[in-house]
Formats: sequence, C-alpha cells, structure tokens
Amino acid sequence: MSENTVKRTESKREEEALLPPVNVHEDANGITLYADLPGVPKEKLDVRVEGDSLIIEGELGLAFPEGMEPSHVEVDIPRYRRVFTLSRELDSQKVAAEYQNGVLKLRIPKAEHAQPRKITVQVG
Amino acid sequence: MRYRSFFPRNLFADLERLQREMDLNAGPAASIRGGTRGYPAMNVGSTAQSVEIFAFAPGMDPASLNVQIEKGLLTISGERKVDGVPQGAAAHIDERFSGPFRRVVSLPDDIDANAVSAIYRDGVLRVSVGRKAVAQALRIDIQ
Repeated sequence: MSENTVKRTESKREEEALLPPVNVHEDANGITLYADLPGVPKEKLDVRVEGDSLIIEGELGLAFPEGMEPSHVEVDIPRYRRVFTLSRELDSQKVAAEYQNGVLKLRIPKAEHAQPRKITVQVG
Repeated sequence: MRYRSFFPRNLFADLERLQREMDLNAGPAASIRGGTRGYPAMNVGSTAQSVEIFAFAPGMDPASLNVQIEKGLLTISGERKVDGVPQGAAAHIDERFSGPFRRVVSLPDDIDANAVSAIYRDGVLRVSVGRKAVAQALRIDIQ
C-alpha cells in the first residue's frame, strides 16, 4: 500500500481537501487502517475502491448558528480526501469498514494466495 | 515494533508531511499561550448571543473530555488513546495524535459562564458559551 501522489494532485485541482492523519498496521493476514475524520457525519463519508486505489473522502457536516462570524479558524477546508494504492496481494473485495466518533477503521485482508507460508531454507 | 523502510514510500508525500510538521512548529508564537496550532484543532466563531468553539478531537469517550471555564478562559483537556500496534504487526504509518492534550481559549469579557453547553458529535466537541444580554446590541433612542 502506498500513497498515490499523482492522483491526489489531480483531484486537488478539482477541489482542495485536508489530508486526514492515518495509522496503518500490517499483520500476517492483512492491513488495518485508522483515519481521523472529525466533523464528518457517517452519511457524508465515502470509502471506495477504484481499480487499485482506495479512496477515502468525507465532508464536514458541522451545524453553525445563523450569523456566526469566524474569529479563529484552523480547519479551513470543509472536506477530507486521501488516496492509497493497494498492492495486488490485498483483497479489495473484502474491505470491512467501521466508523465511530470521527474515526474510520478499515480492515483489508490479504488474498488467500498471499497468506503467509513458511518457506524452508535448504542448505545447498 | 516500528518498521522503517530504507526506501521512502513516496518522496512527495513525505515532503508534504515535513511541510506540515514545519507549519505546526513554525515561527515565533504571536500568542502568549504558544502557537495557534495544536491538538485538538479548533475553530472559534461568535454570534450576538454566543461564542462557539469547535474542537476537532475524534475517537474520544465524551466522559473523558474536560471542559472548564475559569476567569474568562475556556480549557479543553483530555487524553486520547489510540489502538496500539498488535503484537507481530508492523506500523507503516503513524500520524494520529495520542496522549494527553490541553488547549486554552480566552473568551470575551461579556460571556455568561452559567450559560454553557457542550455537545460531542462525529468527533467534534462544540462548546457554546452564552453572552450576557446587556452586551447584545443596545439600541438607543434619540430624543
């Protein structure tokens, strides 16, 4: 799994987006990805696989009182986007997603043929 | 176990990350309480009736968030625990904040410390502090 800068730069031209921070852990059976998307309601979160790209997109759904004037702004773009390239041994058909309190958790298992196999080293 | 590749994953992504880290620690702080950036990220706005503070702190248990108002200062603190790396797994990317945090915002003089509400939703804490009625635009009749 690696980040795809080319695609991200292209999509940036369409619409600017924040890059959500992620943690990625890999074990023998697959990859677990956590992404922080605070302010995105579940219905405005979009996780999809296109070809070999995993795309995470979300839009902020904050409710502002009428007539509010911002005085200090750190989160200045109302959407998040991040694209990863999936490697071939990952099974993109079986991605499982959970979303709670602004944290997305994705589990991407490795395909059957890519599960670990012990290889015996022979002394020749 | 922390895994580091000998080959950078992607030069541009790493440069961008570096840039962001530099932005985080950039320059002399103009505010007496340090930089204007920190964790959680905050947006502040106001209306005639209230001051609204949005703190972007995802993945928290609302009970572990502390919100305090004292002497015109609003303090938001807590501790964020993120899922660690399971045994036998490798951490390829580790960007999410973890650990204790505290941020302080100074409030205007006309706030009413008894009219405060706090809601935690989709990982954002919204604190709404009411303003005293006196301060709301007073129309003066001209005789």
